[in-house]
Amino acid sequence: MAGSGLVDQLKKQLEAFTASLFSEGFLDDQFTQLQQLQDESNPDFVVEVVSLFFEDSERLLNELAKALDQQNADFTKVDAHVHQLKGSSSSIGAQGVQRACIAFRNCCEEKNIEGCLKCLQLVKQEYTLVKNKLQTMFKLEQQLLAAQRTSFPM
Amino acid sequence: MDPCNCIEPQWPADELLMKYQYISDFFIALAYFSIPLELIYFVKKSAVFPYRWVLVQFGAFIVLCGATHLINLWTFGMHSRTVAVVMTTAKALTAAVSCATALMLVHIIPDLLSVKTRELFLKNKAAELDREMGLIRTQEETGRHVRMLTHEIRSTLDRHTILKTTLVELGRTLALEECALWMPTRTGLELQLSYTLRQHNPVGYTVPIHLPVINQVFSSNRAVKISPNSPVARLRPFAGKYVPGEVVAVRVPLLHLSNFQINDWPELSTKRYALMVLMLPSDSARQWHVHELELVEVVADQVAVALSHAAILEESMRARDLLMEQNVALDLARREAETAIRARNDFLAVMNHEMRTPMHAIIALSSLLQETELSPEQRLMVEMILKSSNLLATLINDVLDLSRLEDGSLQLEKGTFNLHSVFKEVFNLIKPVASVNKLLVTLNLASDMPVYAVGDEKRLMQTILNVSGNAIKFSKEGSISIAAFVIKSESLREYRNAEFFPVPSDGHFYLCVQVKDMGSGISPQDIPKLFTKFTQTQPLATRNSGGSGLGLAICKRFVNLMDGHIWIESEGLGKGCTASFIVKLGFPERHNETKLLFVPKVQANHVQTNFAGLKVLVLDDNGVSRSVTKGLLMHLGCNVTTVGSSDECIRVVSQEHKVVFMDVSMDCYEVASHIRERFGKRHERPLVVALTGNTDKATKENCIRFGLDGVILKPVSVDKMRNVLAELLEHRVLFEAM
Repeated sequence: MAGSGLVDQLKKQLEAFTASLFSEGFLDDQFTQLQQLQDESNPDFVVEVVSLFFEDSERLLNELAKALDQQNADFTKVDAHVHQLKGSSSSIGAQGVQRACIAFRNCCEEKNIEGCLKCLQLVKQEYTLVKNKLQTMFKLEQQLLAAQRTSFPM
Repeated sequence: MDPCNCIEPQWPADELLMKYQYISDFFIALAYFSIPLELIYFVKKSAVFPYRWVLVQFGAFIVLCGATHLINLWTFGMHSRTVAVVMTTAKALTAAVSCATALMLVHIIPDLLSVKTRELFLKNKAAELDREMGLIRTQEETGRHVRMLTHEIRSTLDRHTILKTTLVELGRTLALEECALWMPTRTGLELQLSYTLRQHNPVGYTVPIHLPVINQVFSSNRAVKISPNSPVARLRPFAGKYVPGEVVAVRVPLLHLSNFQINDWPELSTKRYALMVLMLPSDSARQWHVHELELVEVVADQVAVALSHAAILEESMRARDLLMEQNVALDLARREAETAIRARNDFLAVMNHEMRTPMHAIIALSSLLQETELSPEQRLMVEMILKSSNLLATLINDVLDLSRLEDGSLQLEKGTFNLHSVFKEVFNLIKPVASVNKLLVTLNLASDMPVYAVGDEKRLMQTILNVSGNAIKFSKEGSISIAAFVIKSESLREYRNAEFFPVPSDGHFYLCVQVKDMGSGISPQDIPKLFTKFTQTQPLATRNSGGSGLGLAICKRFVNLMDGHIWIESEGLGKGCTASFIVKLGFPERHNETKLLFVPKVQANHVQTNFAGLKVLVLDDNGVSRSVTKGLLMHLGCNVTTVGSSDECIRVVSQEHKVVFMDVSMDCYEVASHIRERFGKRHERPLVVALTGNTDKATKENCIRFGLDGVILKPVSVDKMRNVLAELLEHRVLFEAM
């Protein structure tokens, strides 16, 4: 039987990890709001939304890579995609990605193809980072839930 | 033969005598005949002789005399009776004419004599006129010389040229031997030889100024003849053999700018004169004529004027040079100051960030540390760390704020806020501190004080807090009262002073806040220093709480930025003090169509929390945002339908939907108009609310124009959405302050 010690430990680990995500600027207050929306009627709200975010972002990043790869890149289209990505990231509180998108939009306004490529790299980087972090967080959550289920309340 | 009256000659042999008589008579006759001829000839020549008739008479007389003598020629020998008759006639006629002539001459000769006198008189007159003519001519020439001299003198503004030219021209005009100018020395006690005509390098020869001859010259404005032996005229040693020419001296007033007082224009009271000495050539026996003296006087005056002009010019040139120097220096100083300010700003900007980051780290980690398991000593230590670092953080903020305030880079953040709640918050914050010191705090808000006002809420609160904090800090016992009221327009004038000039205006009101305490008070001489940075009125030893001394200085800056005034009154040490300040706040706006409401602070017990089954429609093309908004609304209990495009929205929307939330990028204006048209009356149709991350006024204005019922700023928290829904359902409109 898993003792309360393990649950506490896992809890502390999760809390520390989550706190680090906030303090390191990966997530902002919006994510907290999402977490608040999760309740009995909607137990997997956060995971659902985040998965949706992952899908959406990957699609958008592919579109962006394709659009910038062309000879005469259509900056309006690129801007539209970045706008979408910015919207999604701000909705779930992915601060890093959102900031990178803002910079990206500036490059689009200036029609600076090299700048855009650099920004795209940056956005990809941020996205990958936050995706890993969030996935780690979910794993920790799963572990915690599992530990909680197997431990009997005293 | 008739007896003749002629005497027969006694000596008929004297035929010689007869011959001589004969010849003489002949010549006499000739003369007698030629004289009238001459007379006629010359009278004809001169047309002016007035006595023609006399001449005729005279001519007749002479002719007849001649005739008589001629006829006499025939009477020497035997002559006939005819001859005798002719002779007699001639004689008779001659007698008549000569008598007439004699009588005539009696009249004429005085006249002729008077002609002579008249001629003499006219000659004298002519001579006199000639003399006068000569005089006038010399005068005119003098005038010409003066004009020329003046022209020469006034054609330059250089002092030396003026004086040199004067001497040269005077020397030339008057043919002088020597011409010299003596200028008073700086001390004014001596005259120094400054310029001479012939000697080109005058030695600095001086004479004392109070010599009688000099005084004599200075006391009159005329040219004065002086002795050639006086010290000013003895310009070079001369051997005794020649007679020095006459010397004249005249004063030249040295005018100064200050002499030109309009009030006493004719009386130029100058104290300083220069002396001009002019010497006629030696051995020339020339004398100074009046017109020459006049010339000299006029020239002296002109020189005085020219010199004063030159002096003025020199003065203004000097002033201009000085100004230019000062200008350059000021420019340099300004540039240095600007550089210094820029350096300081850069430093501050860097330090701002650099100082705050570690401060925040210290504060954050210390507070986290507080949450962990600590032994009592450790807890105490952590608390001290926290307190000190909080203090330090405040200090840093104050200093940085003040610097921004100083160079005017701080701008107030205008916003609408609840005035009453500001005071309540301050009250709540200071009450615990005050009760620790056993001080009673009372808050008194006037009933006419508006609930909402436009201004900088944060800084107003900071000011009230600071002033109240000071009251508490410096009171050991008693009570503190905080009063706030609006100053009526009529009473505004009472608060005016040199620095503060309140003007009543429609959209603004003046709020007065007074904090009275019964504490240690302030002595009158310290009151002016209160608002200066970094000064503390109490000596270090008695200061009981830390403070940088910046608080009041910052408050004063804030109050000034709010077009207000802050002052402290105290009766003296130990008698408490009253701190008051007035700030200008605005009335919140009121739109005609839509009432501007605000999402009030969370007061959960007032707000409808149960939106069970409320049908809402969410329109957003971003899947993630859509899910988040949906989750949010579902969490609040709503029945949420989501659509991804405006067409779909128009298709799906129905009367049952109470609210439609749409992302502002989605042609929301079209959808809104469509809904308005389709669903008609306001109370039954769905409310259309836009969600936007855009904080510019244009978005909000567009939304109002297209008939949207509300605009909400993203990100939306749960509590915010709760309040939003409540407001919407109650008032059916909600425009968030941008």
